[in-house]
Amino acid sequence: MTSPAIEIDSLRVVRGGKEVLPGLSIGIQAGRITGLLGPSGCGKTTLMRAIVGVQIVAGGRVTVLGLPAGTRALRSRVGYVTQAPAVYDDLTVGANLRYFAKILGAASERVAAVVETVGLTGYGDKLVSQLSGGQRARVSLATALLNEPEVLVLDEPTVGLDPVLRQELWTTFHELADRGTTLLISSHVMDEAERCDELILMREGLILAHASPADVLLQANASTVEEAFLNLVGTKERAG
Amino acid sequence: MNVRMTVATGVRVLTQLRHDLRTVGLLVLVPVLLEALVKWVYSDQDRVFQRVGVPLLGIFPLTSMFLVTSITMLRERTSGTLERLLTTPIAKFDLLAGYGLAFGTVAILQGIVVSIVSFGFLGLEVEGPIAGVVALAVLNAILGTALGLLVSAFARSEFQAVQFMPAFLLPQFLLSGLLAPREQMAGALEALSNVLPMTYAYDALTRVAAGDGFGGRLALDTAVLAGTTVLSLALGAATLRRRTP
Repeated sequence: MTSPAIEIDSLRVVRGGKEVLPGLSIGIQAGRITGLLGPSGCGKTTLMRAIVGVQIVAGGRVTVLGLPAGTRALRSRVGYVTQAPAVYDDLTVGANLRYFAKILGAASERVAAVVETVGLTGYGDKLVSQLSGGQRARVSLATALLNEPEVLVLDEPTVGLDPVLRQELWTTFHELADRGTTLLISSHVMDEAERCDELILMREGLILAHASPADVLLQANASTVEEAFLNLVGTKERAG
Repeated sequence: MNVRMTVATGVRVLTQLRHDLRTVGLLVLVPVLLEALVKWVYSDQDRVFQRVGVPLLGIFPLTSMFLVTSITMLRERTSGTLERLLTTPIAKFDLLAGYGLAFGTVAILQGIVVSIVSFGFLGLEVEGPIAGVVALAVLNAILGTALGLLVSAFARSEFQAVQFMPAFLLPQFLLSGLLAPREQMAGALEALSNVLPMTYAYDALTRVAAGDGFGGRLALDTAVLAGTTVLSLALGAATLRRRTP
């Protein structure tokens, strides 16, 4: 059992007068892929923003690699990929990556490497505005891989991607985890769950389950993650 | 201050502009066309053109840079790239300074072109050195960039950002001394004009035009313009929030 790379203690976030996270506590294991699953609006993105330190929090503590989230020293050790691609439309793929490489202090040779990782070889000179939505998402993902951070927080990185490419990206994620990278990957698609080492099922700011995919199914007496989710919601509601 | 990141940001913004040559064209041409228009308006009153022509060489670039930068920065915010950058090691001041560097480069081009046309073709004349006028025009454009970056922090949408131009710059224009001598204004207005940057832009350009040496009041004007630029960038960095709701 490894020590947690991310520790969250009684995290409370209020957005627009609504309590999005009412007091969440969880530890995320180092060197593993943790899948954060739940419907749209359940607080996945808010939790991720708190971990990278851009979310105003109302209370609680978020510790990443032993330091308070968002600390200057963490900003080169934690990579973040937002749900909407955060790249410059009016720059080429290569220019985007070269800029982020400079900001992240990554060697310029890394640009070609990450372009290959996300399957965009040959697209270096294309303007991002000429790419499809999925290709843009991959450029955005590539920026976070440049400096090989110890923690990667990926908000829905595989939405709308070709299944073949999705498979390849998951292979990459596993390779990164094998080398010791901690990955937190959100998805609203339950079928990605089995690819993760650990699962966190979330609904309305609460954690329904946190275990390995097999244990989640066992706990919920279910055969699919989707079914487990429904069973767990039912259990909570009967209990609540 | 990290020079590598500042320069990288400057290069990135300039590369973005290279893909948008129409904007660069507008930035360079609009002050030229406005200056030509002023010449035409006062075609029978050359004395007036000579009086207002030089200060406007600074005020037009200040205004256009203010608008363009505030919108560009707002775009950085709404596109999500700002939040992404704020999770990286770049310091907020370095990001803004990078913008200042990029638009400062465009400002040099803008200042040189509008000066060449004004002095070469429109018959504008100054007692002092033309290089001094060009330098002040560029300084004003950079000031406009810094002010634009500062106010963009307070705008939530493009509609709000564009309205900062009339709200923030037009009063400065009215009180700068260009339309009426400041000494003849009501005491409160004169006092207000003393703390507005455009007043110093007007004063400096008027003094260079009159052939005043660099010293005394002209040096003070220049120091105020440069100081306001740095202060705006620092304030802009301070008001840029890493954490948002």
